[in-house]
Amino acid sequence: MIGRGRTPLFLAEASYRRRRLHDASRMVPVLGAVLFLGPLLLGPGGGGTRGVLIYLFVVWLALVVAAAVVARQIGRDRDRARQPGEGADDRAG
Amino acid sequence: MVSFNLLVVVALVYVAFLFAVAFAAERRAAARREAWARSPAIYTLSLSIYCTAWTFYGAVGYAARSGLEFLTIYLGPTLVLIGWWWVLRKLVRIGRTQRITSIADLISSRFGKSTALGVIVTVLAITGTTPYIALQLQSVTQSFAVFAEESGRVWEAGELASGAFWVAAGLAVFTILFGTRNLDANERHHGIVMAIAVEAIVKLAALVAVGVFVVWGIGGGLTETLDRIDASRIARWEQDPARWATLIFLAAAATLCLPRMFQVLVVENSDERHLGVASWAFPGYLMAMSLFVVPIAVVGLDRLPAGSNPDLFVLSLPLAEGHDRLAMFAFLGGLSSATSMVIVATIALATMVSNHIVVPIWLNASGQGAMVSGDVRRVVVSSRRVAIIAVLALGYVYYRMSGGGTALAAIGLISFVGMAQALPALLGGIFWRGATRWGAGAGLVAGFAVWGWTLFLPGLGPGSVIPAPVMEQGPWGLAWLRPQALLGIEGLDPVVHAVLWSMMVNAGAFFLGSILTFPTPLERLQGAQFVNVFEHSQGPRAWSGGAAGAEDLLIMAQRILGAGEAQALFQAEAGRQGKLGYLPDVTPDFVERLERELAGSVGAATAHAMVGQMTEGASVSVEDLIAVADEAAQIMEYSSRLEAKSREQERTARALREANAKLTALSIQKDAFLSQISHELRTPMTSIRSFSEILRDGGMGAEASARYAGIIHDEAIRLTRLLDDLLDLSVLENGQVTLNMAEGHLPALIDRAVSAAGAGGPELRVLRDRAAENVTLHTDLDRLSQVFINLIANARKYCDAPEPRLRIEARRAGGRQVVDFIDNGSGIPPESRQVIFEKFSRLTDHGTAGGAGLGLAICREIMERLGGAIVYLPGQSGAAFRVVLPETAALAAE
Repeated sequence: MIGRGRTPLFLAEASYRRRRLHDASRMVPVLGAVLFLGPLLLGPGGGGTRGVLIYLFVVWLALVVAAAVVARQIGRDRDRARQPGEGADDRAG
Repeated sequence: MVSFNLLVVVALVYVAFLFAVAFAAERRAAARREAWARSPAIYTLSLSIYCTAWTFYGAVGYAARSGLEFLTIYLGPTLVLIGWWWVLRKLVRIGRTQRITSIADLISSRFGKSTALGVIVTVLAITGTTPYIALQLQSVTQSFAVFAEESGRVWEAGELASGAFWVAAGLAVFTILFGTRNLDANERHHGIVMAIAVEAIVKLAALVAVGVFVVWGIGGGLTETLDRIDASRIARWEQDPARWATLIFLAAAATLCLPRMFQVLVVENSDERHLGVASWAFPGYLMAMSLFVVPIAVVGLDRLPAGSNPDLFVLSLPLAEGHDRLAMFAFLGGLSSATSMVIVATIALATMVSNHIVVPIWLNASGQGAMVSGDVRRVVVSSRRVAIIAVLALGYVYYRMSGGGTALAAIGLISFVGMAQALPALLGGIFWRGATRWGAGAGLVAGFAVWGWTLFLPGLGPGSVIPAPVMEQGPWGLAWLRPQALLGIEGLDPVVHAVLWSMMVNAGAFFLGSILTFPTPLERLQGAQFVNVFEHSQGPRAWSGGAAGAEDLLIMAQRILGAGEAQALFQAEAGRQGKLGYLPDVTPDFVERLERELAGSVGAATAHAMVGQMTEGASVSVEDLIAVADEAAQIMEYSSRLEAKSREQERTARALREANAKLTALSIQKDAFLSQISHELRTPMTSIRSFSEILRDGGMGAEASARYAGIIHDEAIRLTRLLDDLLDLSVLENGQVTLNMAEGHLPALIDRAVSAAGAGGPELRVLRDRAAENVTLHTDLDRLSQVFINLIANARKYCDAPEPRLRIEARRAGGRQVVDFIDNGSGIPPESRQVIFEKFSRLTDHGTAGGAGLGLAICREIMERLGGAIVYLPGQSGAAFRVVLPETAALAAE
């Protein structure tokens, strides 16, 4: 790419990454909803409480961990963005 | 065997401990603005009020009856919190920038500060929350009753009732004490948040402790417990899918709409970054709380006698196994769950009631003018206290009336569906700019009605409000209006049915209402502010209320108050706080004082907006802007009035100066005049005196005496003439002259004048053209002839030609009739031609001519009074005077 110095490249990547982080934050609950509704797929007589219980708690834990990872990343990214030279991208996007 | 009294003591000690925690937290919050306690952990723990006694006790009962369905109540909030980027983040940002104090405030504010909507949401909240409060009272009294039974006393309805009463009373005291002592502008209650954070830890610890005890103490380990699940009556996953999905949706809606959840999520939030932590930490908390529910349920079903209330397994299991201390711990956990919910819910409701019902009514009744002044604060605080007592009383009454028997779970769900009616208006308001207040109102009312008909009223007990036949066949026999089978759709679970219909009707009415109506300007402004909040506001601030904040405030204060005064103010505050240097901590007190100081310079509204923006990160709300604009308009009006006044004063001063100058000039003139008069009068008087002295002394002949007497006589005449002239002139000048208008003929007038002046003889020949003099006059003839006489006499006196001749010529000049008096003397030098008309001016030695020098002055006055003029006529060989005769139009006499 022509005319691209070091700084512009860095900025573009940072804001792109930020947007993808926000996308990830949006996707986690959608995934969670889908997974939580999963047991409905079991027809009558299809499953036992024990199995569903374990499944739900495993999914739950996984969601909590995923949310923690994403949230921490977002927080770190925001702190980094507050350094001079970058603008905090605070749009809903 | 737990002594019941010991239990009561333990409970009271625990409560006292909570009081202490709340006090300490409040004191710290008052001293420092963003206290150490404002950590994300506290925020996350405060969200735990979602887990009430329904969770602590009722979840186990729910699980024992219906299997895993209870989990939906916790999966919903999990999705909402994990999905913070969708809704919660926006909600929290709006809450902070718009200074939202409750969910009613949010909806009312979004839709143009609509009081009606505020009232509707408040009523909805009260209706929905009252059963839930009753539920908590029921749990607490039931848990007391369990211990009482252990001690041998079985509590009857009376004891249960009084137990509930004392609990309610105690809660009222706590809530009033920590909820209404200080009116925080942001409606934050630091003491209470701290207390419920502590309670969150206690209830989690208690439930986990009981769970651990049950799984490893009684149950024999993890695998055994799982086997027990398989062997229990809830082993089969027979879940109604509609209920599963609906309840998850319902719980998610409740997380947003419940007044108590809104209070801790949005209103008490002090830093947006805390939300990021809570997004995973709170679901983690929920998971931990739910983890041991099923084990406790199945173990209880196994080991406890068949008729025991599963709602109380958490207590009865440890008690049955003889673990009294664990049971007491569990009791405290249950107490914590119930009390924390009631406290926060009551505060939230009281805030709504005071802000949206009482204060608007009071403001309406007492007229305008009481912005946040002392009166309004008093009204708010007292109405809040009354509301707290009223809400708790309502909850108590509901508990008594419902008989305390209904399974806890049922009440909770009814309450959830009720509050969920606020969801369409809430979500629509923050995401859709086309939402209007009519739409929101229609949705709320319609949803409320459907909820009432399909769930709330039937839930009060079969046959209590809705008679059984109506339940079967519908009102007035209309089958499609059956409360639990609207439009004939049967077979739906009542809750699912209610949620389905109420949400559809609510959202439909909201959508239609918004599309078909037009919003007010304020609504549109608010819509833009709310929906586009991320464009209008900043993210979480980098500073934490420490030195950076104070410095920003100092910079701003210096610009307004001036460097010296601002620094002095800040230094004084720092000194008061016991700090060295210029920068105090930014405490609420200091902020208030600063605002007051600034208000003196820029006005209260502007100061409030500026300080609020810096310290809260709040954007300037439309209300603030309107207040600022009002103030600015007032200030400008005032200053323009001041300007007008000062201009007027300038003019007055100028006029006064001019008048003063004129008076001074007149005074000088008068002095000059007086000195001249005295001079003029003295001269003849001197002659008269000296000559009469000579006569008195006698000793001279008759001829000399006669001559001297003649001189005295002449001088006396001269003096008299002078005084007459003076009087005449004065009368003329003061305008007090009475003119006798008459008709006359010019030639005759001139004849008279010539003979009176003694002219026409050898001393002065008069040349006239009678033909040109043929003019009729309508004026004061005597005065005019006086002028003529004067001119002719002057000519006789002063004309220095060897053969004095006076030409009297009448002609028309410049459109007027004029009479010219021209002699053949040497005339009057140009520099004297103005002066001769002044008083006492004589061009020659005053003694020779015998006049006083007033003649021409009198002529000028007379001519002016008559409406004519007398001027010197230059360009003639001798002295020439032109008398401009008055127009024949009548001249009014004074």
